[in-house]
Amino acid sequence: MTSRRMTGWQGETVRFRFDGRDYEGVRGDTLASALLANGVRTVAASPALGRPRGIYAAWTEEPNALVQVAAEPMLQATTVELRDGLDAHGLSGRGRLTDETDTARYDAVHAHCDVLVVGAGPAGLAAATVAAETGARVIIADDRPIAGGSLPDTAETVGGVAGAEWAAATLDALDGRPDIRVLRRTSVFGYYDDNYLVAVERRGEHAHSRERVWRIRARRVVLATGAHERPIAFAGNDRPGVMLAGSARAYANRHGVLPGDRAVVFTTNDSAYAAARDLAAAGVEIAAIVDTRATPSRGGDGVEILTGHVVTAVGGDDGVSSVTVSPSDGGAGREIEADLLLVSGGWSPLVHLFSQSGGDLRHDDGIGSFVPASARQAVEVAGAARGVFTLAGCLEDGAAAGARAAEAAGFRVEGTFEVPRTPDEDPAAPAEHLWLVPGADYSTHFVDLQRDVTVADVMRATGAGLRSVEHVKRYTTAGTAHDQGKLSGVLTSAVVGHALGLPLGDLGTTTFRAPYVPVGFATLAGRHRGALHDPVRTTSLHEWHVAYGAPFENVGQWKRPWYYPRAGEDMETAVLRECGAVRESVGAMDASTLGKIDVQGPDAAEFLDRIYTNMMSTLKVGAIRYGVMCRPDGMVFDDGTVIRLADDRFLVTTTTGNAAAVLDWMEEWLQTEWPGLRVYCTSVTEHWATVALAGPGSRDVLAGLAPGLAVDAASFPFMTWRDTEVAGLAARVCRISFSGELAYEINVNAWDGLALWEAVMGTGVVTPYGTETMHVLRAEKGYPIVGQDTDGTVTPADLGMDWVVSKKKPDFIGKRSFARADTSRPDRKHLVGLLPADPGRLLPEGAHLVETSTLPEPPVPTLGHVTSSYRSAVLGSTFALALVSGGRDRMGEVLYVPLGGEQVPVTVTSHILYDPEGARRDG
Amino acid sequence: MLLIPCPWCGPRDEAEFHYGGQAHVAYPENPAALSDEEWARYLFFRDNPKGRFAERWNHTAGCRRWFNAVRNTATNEIEAGEVTA
Ligand SMILES: [Zn+2]
Repeated sequence: MTSRRMTGWQGETVRFRFDGRDYEGVRGDTLASALLANGVRTVAASPALGRPRGIYAAWTEEPNALVQVAAEPMLQATTVELRDGLDAHGLSGRGRLTDETDTARYDAVHAHCDVLVVGAGPAGLAAATVAAETGARVIIADDRPIAGGSLPDTAETVGGVAGAEWAAATLDALDGRPDIRVLRRTSVFGYYDDNYLVAVERRGEHAHSRERVWRIRARRVVLATGAHERPIAFAGNDRPGVMLAGSARAYANRHGVLPGDRAVVFTTNDSAYAAARDLAAAGVEIAAIVDTRATPSRGGDGVEILTGHVVTAVGGDDGVSSVTVSPSDGGAGREIEADLLLVSGGWSPLVHLFSQSGGDLRHDDGIGSFVPASARQAVEVAGAARGVFTLAGCLEDGAAAGARAAEAAGFRVEGTFEVPRTPDEDPAAPAEHLWLVPGADYSTHFVDLQRDVTVADVMRATGAGLRSVEHVKRYTTAGTAHDQGKLSGVLTSAVVGHALGLPLGDLGTTTFRAPYVPVGFATLAGRHRGALHDPVRTTSLHEWHVAYGAPFENVGQWKRPWYYPRAGEDMETAVLRECGAVRESVGAMDASTLGKIDVQGPDAAEFLDRIYTNMMSTLKVGAIRYGVMCRPDGMVFDDGTVIRLADDRFLVTTTTGNAAAVLDWMEEWLQTEWPGLRVYCTSVTEHWATVALAGPGSRDVLAGLAPGLAVDAASFPFMTWRDTEVAGLAARVCRISFSGELAYEINVNAWDGLALWEAVMGTGVVTPYGTETMHVLRAEKGYPIVGQDTDGTVTPADLGMDWVVSKKKPDFIGKRSFARADTSRPDRKHLVGLLPADPGRLLPEGAHLVETSTLPEPPVPTLGHVTSSYRSAVLGSTFALALVSGGRDRMGEVLYVPLGGEQVPVTVTSHILYDPEGARRDG
Repeated sequence: MLLIPCPWCGPRDEAEFHYGGQAHVAYPENPAALSDEEWARYLFFRDNPKGRFAERWNHTAGCRRWFNAVRNTATNEIEAGEVTA
């Protein structure tokens, strides 16, 4: 066995690598304990100052020993369980992201319980046992691989057996009960509203899922989260070999590892004496106990005790080689040879989760730290987490908290919980609260090791006038990152208090925030990755689009074919070809993604009159009308067509991306403002497949596919619909156009969609076109796309669509706003067309427009911006749509688009650039 | 994650709901009769109290019904939801 392992310590050998070297540890080690056992003192350089740093603590409070394991950065060596083949590298403050895909599986579980106990130390185990006895459904979560909290660290006995043994047996007994769930290696890292707690369970590399997130809603919560030992700020307190006393005790008792040969113990309280005793018994020579207090509280078991002394210097650049101790009141110092300096500044209850729950803290003078005061949620705090620091006290306190929680959750406590016997403990003598050893300068008195923040940095912050610990945190970064105030929190507050002459209780703490421990993004994402990140919606024609090589455009959650490149074609060529086909012969597009809402009921017509700006109640059965919806502020919200199926039934179409929002909008008005209207809205988007057939040749194609349908313009006029058969399929054909050309939309049952499309393509004369061509064609005609040419600040009048706003209806949503002074300002932005002077120049969408041919000194007033921009075959030029201030009064004006130092001239035109008289509509 | 009492479905996770802002801001009886300022107050002005606040919620991922509930904005405690209108 390795050199720093206690003789006789048993354990299966585990082989691992650290920074490229091979080592051996034993099963049950953490990476940190195994490194210490191998005599590795320095893990990495500090992030800002590059100072060597070692292992400072033994669990989640470790500030220094960050490692990367494979692709996973920012792990604490103190919490990484050693396993065969583990390959770790020390990190200087930040890790590396990898390009490799993480192939591990991550999962999530939702759970409910009557009582959630956080922590399986003495208090948590007592609480869970008592609550379980009442019949309550209990979850107990503990972040360690083995139960007992501090018991394996302190080697205390419970009920006459080793504490760790008692804890393991107690947790196993709980695990065997049907209504109890035991979560081991599970860190509760967030406490949210209404007793919703989130935890991460680390299941291991070979488990079905590597980690999983637990989202737990609990009737009552018992927090038995323990306490953290506090550091003291003194010169050189960051050297490898400086370690929290309780952590050194844990390495000896839990792992059989001696973190040094010869130690000086520096303490303000009694707890370090027990640490010194255990370490001495394990084989560490204790050179001296340096107690800041005037009188020692108890014997040092033969070790020299220097009362009223402090540590004033640490020798050894790469690690502790000597410790200089001096009387607190000044006077000559004395250098003591040592390779280990154990520090105890007292213990701070671990109040992170309680504080996250909204509970108030108060400062406790006796323990020199903050303890839970009043709770906001249904939570109990037990044991060291509320300042109870004796073993017997924790067991009693936990049992009482478990009983209170179960009773509050509606269960009856019968009988009494017999607290197991524990060894007698001497009453602790009062601790002294020393935070800071006075020094000549404070440049190596560290308050936050992980951020390299010193007392000098904190004093610079207070010197700059900062008085709040929240501000000092932001100014210095102390307590940020993975520490989250675990070791640095109270110390930083105390140093601020020292600098300002204020008591610690007046300063308080910074806000505790989730996550309490670092959690991987992959873990939080769980299965919501890749294709499962967001639902992907495809139409019934999707496979055809894929087979014909169409790239897809994401519109909301839909995949829409963008264009259909032929061999050798780029996007520009393909789109110009598709546009030409529609303008000159006939094209077809998959329009299935348009939102469709079935609106029915005796009051459906009245309802639509209120929702749309134009009149819908006058629409005849068999006819179709284009409509615009506004919000009450008069701004355009959505547009689409309304077809009347019967007196009491309409089919409303919406833009693809807004389908759900429009249905919600209708429901909101029906439920909250007009509950008297008898109207029912149903989404039928996915019931239908829709094929748009557009171009002068579309009538002939339709006639061939639907021999039973009279297709001439007189029998089947624009803006009407017919039920018929197309390609032998039951179909509803609508004569509407989004291109200005003669066009039809053929709707069939979604499962008939592919058959219809193949029949259309089977005619051999129809060119498939995608969304890009659709955009060009509609823009040439000046048809706006809601959400592209509008942005929530645009009225129908701004779009040149006064005609869609009814003057007859007494009211509709948005009407009153059209009478506001603001909506009739002459400088409102109007939708206009732009023609660049250079017909080959494609303007970027989003580009701004200015008045002058040279750019004046900033700030330069913008007249508006380009909303859509394309190349047009029929115009023989590029063109754009834009929202321009007072645009309709600028026809023929030349404006400029500043682009990379150039002022690109454009002429303002009507937004309708092609076929303004509408001559092509009837073919 | 609030636990919100839907009057139709019972208590459900906040993630199932869509927030609808201040409750009891009714659409005016006769908008045409309002001054610009009165109309602007309906459109744009909402309370932002510390303490009890009546709000609208829609159980979007459940029954899709709107209801009102009083929430204490300082503590996030919610009183029982009531059916709208
Ligand atoms: Zn509901």
